[in-house]
Amino acid sequence: MDDLLSEFLTETNESLQLLDTELVKLEQNPDSPDLLDNIFRVMHTIKGTCGFLGLPRLEAVAHAGETVLGKVREGELTINAERVSMVLECLDQIREILASLEETEAEPEGDDAELIARLENLVEIAEGKAPEGEWEAAADPVPAKPDIGEDAEVEWPAMDDGVEAKTAEVAEQTTAARTPDQPAAEAEAGEATQSQPEAAAQPAPAPAPAAESAGSPCQPKAPAEREGARESNVANQSIRVSVELLENLMTTVSELVLNRNQLLQILRNQRESEFAAPLQRLNHVVSELQEGVMKTRMQPIGNAWSKLPRIVRDLAQELDKKIELKMKGEDTELDRQVLELIKDPLTHMVRNSADHGLEEPRDRLNSGKPEIGTIALNAFHEGGHIIIEIADDGRGLNVEKIKNKAIRNGLTSESEVAGLSEQQILQFIFKPGFSTADQVTAVSGRGVGMDVVRSNIEQIGGTIELSSREGEGTKFTVKIPLTLAIVSALIVECAGERFAMPQLSVVELVRVKGGSDNAIERIKDTPVLRLRDRLLPLVNLRELLGLGAGEEETAEAGSGHDADTGEETDGFIVVSQVGTYSFGIIVDRVFDTEEIVVKPVAKILRNIPLFSGNTILGDGRVVMILDPNGIASASGELTLAEGEETDIAKRTQERDEEDVAMLVFRSGDNSPKAVPLGLVARLEEVDMANVETSNGQRVVQYRGQLMPLVEMESAHGLEGEGKRPVLVFTDRERSMGLVVDEIVDIVEEPMRIELTGERPGYLGSAVIAGKATDVIDAGYYLTQAFSDWFHSEASKGDGAGDGKRVLLIDDSPFFRNLLAPLLDVAGYEVTTAESADAALGLCDSGEDFDVIVSDIEMPGMSGYELAETLRGKTRWSRTPLVALSSHASPQDMERGRAAGFCDYVAKFDRETLLDTLHETLNGDFAETRGAA
Amino acid sequence: MTETANENFAHKAGRGGSSDYVTFTIADQLFGIPVLQVQDVLADGDITRIPLAPPEIAGALNLRGRIVTAVDVRLRLGLRSRADEGENMSIVVDHGGELYSLMVDDVGEVLSLHAKDFGRNPPTLDPKFREFSEGIYRLKDKLMVVLDVERLLDYDGAQAA
Repeated sequence: MDDLLSEFLTETNESLQLLDTELVKLEQNPDSPDLLDNIFRVMHTIKGTCGFLGLPRLEAVAHAGETVLGKVREGELTINAERVSMVLECLDQIREILASLEETEAEPEGDDAELIARLENLVEIAEGKAPEGEWEAAADPVPAKPDIGEDAEVEWPAMDDGVEAKTAEVAEQTTAARTPDQPAAEAEAGEATQSQPEAAAQPAPAPAPAAESAGSPCQPKAPAEREGARESNVANQSIRVSVELLENLMTTVSELVLNRNQLLQILRNQRESEFAAPLQRLNHVVSELQEGVMKTRMQPIGNAWSKLPRIVRDLAQELDKKIELKMKGEDTELDRQVLELIKDPLTHMVRNSADHGLEEPRDRLNSGKPEIGTIALNAFHEGGHIIIEIADDGRGLNVEKIKNKAIRNGLTSESEVAGLSEQQILQFIFKPGFSTADQVTAVSGRGVGMDVVRSNIEQIGGTIELSSREGEGTKFTVKIPLTLAIVSALIVECAGERFAMPQLSVVELVRVKGGSDNAIERIKDTPVLRLRDRLLPLVNLRELLGLGAGEEETAEAGSGHDADTGEETDGFIVVSQVGTYSFGIIVDRVFDTEEIVVKPVAKILRNIPLFSGNTILGDGRVVMILDPNGIASASGELTLAEGEETDIAKRTQERDEEDVAMLVFRSGDNSPKAVPLGLVARLEEVDMANVETSNGQRVVQYRGQLMPLVEMESAHGLEGEGKRPVLVFTDRERSMGLVVDEIVDIVEEPMRIELTGERPGYLGSAVIAGKATDVIDAGYYLTQAFSDWFHSEASKGDGAGDGKRVLLIDDSPFFRNLLAPLLDVAGYEVTTAESADAALGLCDSGEDFDVIVSDIEMPGMSGYELAETLRGKTRWSRTPLVALSSHASPQDMERGRAAGFCDYVAKFDRETLLDTLHETLNGDFAETRGAA
Repeated sequence: MTETANENFAHKAGRGGSSDYVTFTIADQLFGIPVLQVQDVLADGDITRIPLAPPEIAGALNLRGRIVTAVDVRLRLGLRSRADEGENMSIVVDHGGELYSLMVDDVGEVLSLHAKDFGRNPPTLDPKFREFSEGIYRLKDKLMVVLDVERLLDYDGAQAA
């Protein structure tokens, strides 16, 4: 039988029972509003549930009953015995239908018109439409059942004996109906109304004969005894037990399991024991008991999903989308407690899918997808865990958007992001402070983000993974333990101490041995392991836990531990996974797995994030349970260690480092030199034999022009033969070449430039590709080639700065120092500011500029915010703003424009920057400055 | 914490001025804990070290299926840990529903003491002792410090203060 139906039957039978008692009480105390309220409420619930389950007949009867009760409650109808009987009769009818529902799983055919008519008549009396006296007439069933068979008709007049008699009879029935000794009661009832024993047995006489004559299966003319035995089997087969009782039972069983484990452990150490056989039996019994108790707490996951169709339907309406919700594996069972805990996260994820994941029907059609979007839920068991997948076939996650948002919200920096894989970037949606929707809609964006989902799931020892393909959809995979009470854990040893590690997060075990294929390698001091085609970051549990290489180390120095360095060469690596972050934990030894009962640690120890609890092992020892999430964050999974101040400080610091593509070359001495790639127009090879001298300057014919050549260390001279690489810088029609010795590489990585500024031609030095590298000042060489490089343009009068004042805002000293001279030589008067705040300070102090060039990604106030602020109400509200960013995707530009920037220029695009400045100043905004 | 102290005083007064204490010694100093707070007295047992825990947390142990956190009272009181390898004794107390075992040098007897012999901490008392001492009982031949278990195990409060 359908779970829902059987639940309904149990519940409704209980409610009916309650109503019976309450109604009888009401009859005795007709003035008790509490009683009446209670009765009305229960009746209403029954009606509501019937309607919900699509049981029209039941609903109609219950509704009629409810209406009568409603009138009574409103004081329009007084309570008297007859009326109570009527309601009771109505209940009996419901019960009758329920009984047949239980048997056939369908509402019996039949007609309750007569009963309903009588009930309605009562209502009419209340409404003053029908005179009171009419009730008796209405109660006379004869006219109300013209379709009932002959014999039934004959029986009916007996009911007219008197209302009192009937009430008594019905009351008897109602008590009888629920008791096992019903047959006896029925017999009595039968006696009381000799002429219609059948009708007495059938609490609802009117439809009964009707059904009977119609030959309907719902009214089998069974002997009274069978009727009694049939009385709500479902209701009798299940009992309601408080969850608390089950929890207690579970705890007790957990302890029992531990005890059994302990006993088995002892047994294992004793070869022969007379306890062996009984212990084996105990083992089995306990296992069965454990299973049984677990089962009592198991509920199908469908219970957590039951609300989703409605939610999705409403969402579809609200969002004007067409959504189909597919559910698979609803009957997969899991622990009640777990179920409760994942209900909200699941609902949230489905909401998210509907709101953000699926596109508008039009967009779907445009991208060649079916109009109706699908959200698919799938649940299944997999090795002691339950896997729940929530997939949609929507637009997928936009990596670029997430990246920008993460940066904007200060969750990471550009430099960090650049080194991340797509998969890692997607993880940002699980970070606190990240909201996926651009706009807060009514549907989502209520401040409950995926971070809450993730922490809820992690709280119960689960994991959540995410995969997304742009344009194809997003899939979340949630992996949770079946139960929280007992978990399977791997016991490991480190520095002589044992620890338990939840099996859920253990992916595999690798044995490492110095010199073998599986050996721990080190990059500087960071241990790593080559695992198949990946490089696995490792954490040493010993170091992490501060278990010094004390006595343990020296004692075992001979057996595998490198005593000199204190580094292990032998050991085990527990490969763990937290979300999508895989890492290895170095431990000394690995024991077997054991079932453990997680107990919370003492309050004093709660602040140690590496432990999720403690437990007692089979041998009676207490062990700490390692928390893989804690280890992952302690070992530095990117930004997983949220909210730690040191991290934030570090991040802000790192913002100085921009991810820059640098061209690394050699010239003169051996030390590598670098120049931002963006400044280099082309790389050429020039045959030194072709170098000519013109006007005292080395030139080469290049693309129909004379291109001046400059060498970094002029000592070398440009004599000789052979080809040499040349970095070509161009600006408009002019080009110049910087002759170097060798092009080494193009490196794109975050770097920090330490400025020295002491040597002309150098901006400073930076660590590039692991080596100290001089960063050259391209502008210096440009002016060397053409002393009028920039001024020439000025003289042309179209591209020049004309002494216009530029405010350059960039948090990176490197860019300030790179761009300021460039703008300077282009004829602009440059002022720099290292932050938005500093710029606003300048504004407040009365400075005026013709144009403002601002970086976007800055610590504190971002460029966007600055633009919005400036556009708001400051004196600079009309000063043109040019955005400068290393990210120049269309979305960025859009956002920039929205914030109030006139233009958006990619960093290093010097030419465009100058063009843009020129256009901006001579274009729409030129009039602000007038003739100047 | 002062509430506890007051309660204890009230309690003493209510019982005709006499109350029972389990006594123990640490570094030859006699201490006492109200007998009703004591759950158990243990000899040295198998203790699991807890890495990263405060130094005075000696570890965790299994007491009939319950996990008990062991606190080295010497360290908590700012004394050096015991140099000699003598057997430790532990007094198990309940604190906020959790069991803690207080590691002491030796556990003595149960004494019934009179309120008239009770006095406040001398203001010159070592600050650590003053923090965890409820007061001093003047016994015939020595002085007994009444250890305030609540305060001893209340790490949050200590950090806040």
